[in-house]
Amino acid sequence: MSRTIVGPFNRVEGDLEVQIETRDNRVSNAWVVSPMYRGFEQILHGKDPRDALIYTPRICGICSVSQSVAAADALAHASGIERPDNGELALNLIHACENLADHFTHFYLFFMPDFARDIYRDQPWFDDVVSRFKAVKGRAGADVMEARAGFMHLMGIMAGKWPHTLGIQPGGSTRGIEAQEKVRLLSILAGFRRYLEQQMFGAPLEEVLAIGDRVQLESWLAAGDPNQSDFRRFLQLANDLELHNLGRTDNRFMSYGVYHRQGEPLFRSGVWHQGEISKLDPASITEDISHSWMEGQSEPQHPFHGVTLPDADAKEGYSWCKAPRLDGQVVEVGALARQLIDGQPLVRDLVADSGSNVRNRVIARALEIPRVLVEMEQWVRQLKPKEPFCNDSGLKRESEGYGLTEAARGSLGHWVRIKNGRILNYQIVAPTTWNFSPRDRNGVSGPLEQALLGAPIRDGEKEPVAVQHIVRSFDPCMVCTVH
Amino acid sequence: MTQSTGFNILWLQSGGCGGCSLSLLNAESPNLLHTLEGAGINLIWHPMLSEASGSEMIAILQAAIAGQVRLDALCIEGAILRGPKDSGRFHILAGTGRPMLAWVRELAAVAHYTLGIGTGASFGGITAGGGNPTDACGLQYAETERGGALGVDYRSKSGLPVINVAGCPTHPNWITETLMQLALGDFSADNLDEWQRPRGYADHLVHHGCPRNEYYEFKASAEEHSQLGCMMEHLGCLGTQAHADCNTRLWNGEGSCLRGGYACINCTAPGFQEPGHRFQETPKIAGIPIGLPSDMPKAWFVALASLSKAATPRRLRENAHADHIVVPPHARKKGP
Repeated sequence: MSRTIVGPFNRVEGDLEVQIETRDNRVSNAWVVSPMYRGFEQILHGKDPRDALIYTPRICGICSVSQSVAAADALAHASGIERPDNGELALNLIHACENLADHFTHFYLFFMPDFARDIYRDQPWFDDVVSRFKAVKGRAGADVMEARAGFMHLMGIMAGKWPHTLGIQPGGSTRGIEAQEKVRLLSILAGFRRYLEQQMFGAPLEEVLAIGDRVQLESWLAAGDPNQSDFRRFLQLANDLELHNLGRTDNRFMSYGVYHRQGEPLFRSGVWHQGEISKLDPASITEDISHSWMEGQSEPQHPFHGVTLPDADAKEGYSWCKAPRLDGQVVEVGALARQLIDGQPLVRDLVADSGSNVRNRVIARALEIPRVLVEMEQWVRQLKPKEPFCNDSGLKRESEGYGLTEAARGSLGHWVRIKNGRILNYQIVAPTTWNFSPRDRNGVSGPLEQALLGAPIRDGEKEPVAVQHIVRSFDPCMVCTVH
Repeated sequence: MTQSTGFNILWLQSGGCGGCSLSLLNAESPNLLHTLEGAGINLIWHPMLSEASGSEMIAILQAAIAGQVRLDALCIEGAILRGPKDSGRFHILAGTGRPMLAWVRELAAVAHYTLGIGTGASFGGITAGGGNPTDACGLQYAETERGGALGVDYRSKSGLPVINVAGCPTHPNWITETLMQLALGDFSADNLDEWQRPRGYADHLVHHGCPRNEYYEFKASAEEHSQLGCMMEHLGCLGTQAHADCNTRLWNGEGSCLRGGYACINCTAPGFQEPGHRFQETPKIAGIPIGLPSDMPKAWFVALASLSKAATPRRLRENAHADHIVVPPHARKKGP
């Protein structure tokens, strides 16, 4: 049986290759290859811990703020630093802005254009989808970029710029917000809400958030015109193409929880497995390098003790990506996991019915946009001008800490050990490291490798469109994956 | 997507973070797609925007190399990874089994213009930090040393060396304006500065238009993050030395690093990632910052600084250490 090599994938962040074997017009085996290594963990060794705030956001141009938040949280945890209320609110707003902009970019620019491929020319919706979503040429492209850039003005005010802000510090935000800026922030959010209501959903956000189960989702779909609602268009073609049968997995799901206010996250942390929720134990996270181009670790290690040493000739290696495991088990992360664990009713019902799959991943991501935007509107109102935004205290010279947060595409963790005021060890486990993990020492595949099994191959297809949908449904970020 | 008219761009991402592409999507008035369209620029392929994937994309690269598609501008984003041991294996372009290093060299040989997008592709940048584990470099520089992945003598078909649109990330307009000038035939060697950066933005200093200039003039300095004072004396700000127009052009509507309350780290310069001390801290000898503003004689700086410190108004002295304005300007006509 010969392997087909699919790649480079675009409309993902970074470079990606997938190798597949096929039988009876189905994918029968898959290997996910992360083809680039940059070595941030090696670069950080020996540096002043605060320099992580300059280096780590530059791991990734799309999860830049998430990396900053994880680094600032790890340093704050190591030194016991607490943030003033404004600092917490400001960081939540900056972080949420990036996460929502990422979801939005993914839906319009990365995911939907695949349905405008010629292979779908016989579908009844094809002409409409081409005119709206065709890559570069579709009408949505320019509108979406404008709406996104307008929303990102929040970053201009609160974070100086995006990507790669240095405004996120262990003690809060470097940028105090004045009363007149509060109202400008509200008008930026109102502008983005308008786009979502008029174009993406074609409905008030509260109406979308009230959809509680599959039956209500179907009647909501039937009650409107997909030409006036991009989300309805997606639901329509998801039904036609049975996207709930594509890219299925049935693993554990994990969320670190995110957007903390006074010790409590907006979205809960935890682990979900076959309907049961359990508490997350970060001590049970390990990374396995048995199938990575890595050396220096004979057993899987917790990130505090892990090493990252590249070895392009590692015998069983086929990816620069390590294989993270929670208590030895494969875990899927992302918006679906986050909403499932938090108990979002529609996501719970969808997963109870069909598990994790292409359709459900995209729905969970889309729903998270209004869910978080309505919180952002409250967070801005809660900002208190003239009260502190940052508690700029020093760091302990001997300590260790970790920062666990949620990027748009899932759980992101930084672990740092500090000795003599220098970084002794810094390890990063990114969302797509979990989702696009290679096999572990027991030969168990990560979520994407599992999701690809059974993917249908149409007549004459060399690089199946089903594979394209499944890969992009995870909203992968490859530059984070290996870093 | 191949077109006979217009200006054809091919964009590849190498050993970087993709942040310059994402910054590019922030282009406004008009948005990115309309900006390109208005300038007659065709994206032959861009990793975040194009439909073509896998073999379709590899066919585009091959057609460009074979001369079947005119390659007006090759844009490379991210450092070039030469390791391990000059093999380039730290980045094999997916689906091809070939190092990105080899693809870049082959495409650069046929490109009319070659652009390094971001400080990584220009000089090596962040990925070349620490001990530079991947032997990362820029297209025509390894930090301040000329050479890099394409070599000292490299010239694109236009006769120009690599154009370094440096910045970490780049401002969207630094990219679009350079491409539009090239498409217009309005860009020559005279438009490049000493590091081969477009002078359109590199002839300016970040200091220009900084809203903290009054604090700078009186040396009323912030000591902690979120305070309003000048960040040069204590918090490591390099705005007076950094070549860029961040405070006159602004980012994401109305931002810049300094407006965001944190120091400029001179991210458009080769070697910015290894300042030799920790970031966000100003190294000093006898209380005087080592790095002085560009073109300023040290004796003058010391003399002016002590004079202006002595003359600092109470308003600036107090506001410099506060995170919001505590002493507003006073209207003289109103009397005390």
